[in-house]
Amino acid sequence: MTTASVLEVLRTVVPDASFEEAASADMPTIIVDRDHVIETCRALRTHPDLQFALFVDVTAADVWPKEPRFEIVYHFACLGAAYTVEGASAPAPARRVRLKTRLTGADPVVDTVTTVYPAAGWPEREVFDLFGVTFRDHPDLRRILMPDDWQGHPLRRDYPVQVRKDAPSWSPIQITAEEFAASVKAQREQSDRQAAGTVQGPTGRGGRGT
Amino acid sequence: MAELEIPILTTTVEKMVQWARRSAIWPVTFGLACCAIEMMAMSCGRYDIARFGAEVFRGSPRQSDLMIVAGRLSRKMAPVLRRIYDQMPEPKWVISMGACASCGGVFDNYSIVQGVDQVVPIDVFVPGCPPRPESLIYGIVQLQRKIDKQRMSA
Amino acid sequence: MNGFVAILIMIGLGAGFAGGSVLLSQFLGPRKPTPEKSAPYECGMPPVGDARERQSVKFYLVAMVFLLFDIEVAFLYPWAIAFRELGLFGFWQVLTFFALLSTGYVYVWRRGAFDWSKERGA
Repeated sequence: MTTASVLEVLRTVVPDASFEEAASADMPTIIVDRDHVIETCRALRTHPDLQFALFVDVTAADVWPKEPRFEIVYHFACLGAAYTVEGASAPAPARRVRLKTRLTGADPVVDTVTTVYPAAGWPEREVFDLFGVTFRDHPDLRRILMPDDWQGHPLRRDYPVQVRKDAPSWSPIQITAEEFAASVKAQREQSDRQAAGTVQGPTGRGGRGT
Repeated sequence: MAELEIPILTTTVEKMVQWARRSAIWPVTFGLACCAIEMMAMSCGRYDIARFGAEVFRGSPRQSDLMIVAGRLSRKMAPVLRRIYDQMPEPKWVISMGACASCGGVFDNYSIVQGVDQVVPIDVFVPGCPPRPESLIYGIVQLQRKIDKQRMSA
Repeated sequence: MNGFVAILIMIGLGAGFAGGSVLLSQFLGPRKPTPEKSAPYECGMPPVGDARERQSVKFYLVAMVFLLFDIEVAFLYPWAIAFRELGLFGFWQVLTFFALLSTGYVYVWRRGAFDWSKERGA
């Protein structure tokens, strides 16, 4: 199925979104504006001609200092005869598609797609952790790769490469269940505050290197 | 005569104890990254570390003498490494295997600890990326020589 | 008596090796306890909460039932060895003993102590 046919279906199902086709060598690539990401994903998953039921990954690209700064890239796959979405009478042919959306550096917020694709939970946490992109209404937005109390988002372009800090070697001998639950809660609140804008993750120095 | 005999007896006992300690030096599994593959190769049939006494890699630090830190240590993993080292009973030794464990290797960035000796004391550094199994065996033999020379503390 | 000397020597060697190893490590082994060393092992992560969780009572029930029937079997073994001398009367005695205990077994079984699928057991 070509990009044109995917775009045709999407334009009928989600008429007020703006779709563009992006040049790509391997699979249909569609760029959508950020306000219509959830509807597009829902169409991609549930429409009988599309049936992209498998969420493969979400990642981001930072093109600082150009704007719009972040490009969120979603990959989906249709499993063909192996899986028919409920409500569809016949399976769609197996293929892949890429969906992109662009976010500005001043307001890197986009809706979460976990309501449509629950598998997006942890990959979106990874994008939040490493790029600082906030996913609205995410059930559990907190850091996943970096240590819990890390400041900054390492894969941003303006983040220094070498960080010379002493390695932490202390960990508590035992923590109670309440302390553990409280620290998870505190991380979620911290990411909520960052999303609301009261705590800006440091954008690092304005150049490369230390 | 008795005064002459006691130091000889203690030396012989020490020698025997150190021989026993170095001939059955059991590592704890601490393979972190690619160096772990070479560590596994060293423990398998062709390069066979069991003939040097490292019969079995213990899963628990409480049953092992040696920790081979094989691979890059990330900053988030450093407290875990320290805790596992703390839970090994004395006498214990640490071999830092590979470039990443010894000095950060090719990764000089926000997440890799630049040298595992920031976290645990190291006895032998084995360079390489990854070191061949023979290099690691040489490192273990060097550690055995080091153990032979150690004095038992009362 | 001759046969038992060999067994006693084996027991002596076994116990001597085990005990000797423990004693030797008491004298020659370093003693350096630290709080981290004695902490519970959880693959290097700090353990969350207490390890003393509530266990299900069905383990206790099975243990009790096992104990009772193990002792019953311990009584049956000597009877099995000597049953020719004890004759028919001994047979009926043991059968009565066994029947009484089997009644108890059937009672425990029907009360559901062996059924681990139920949420609340006997």
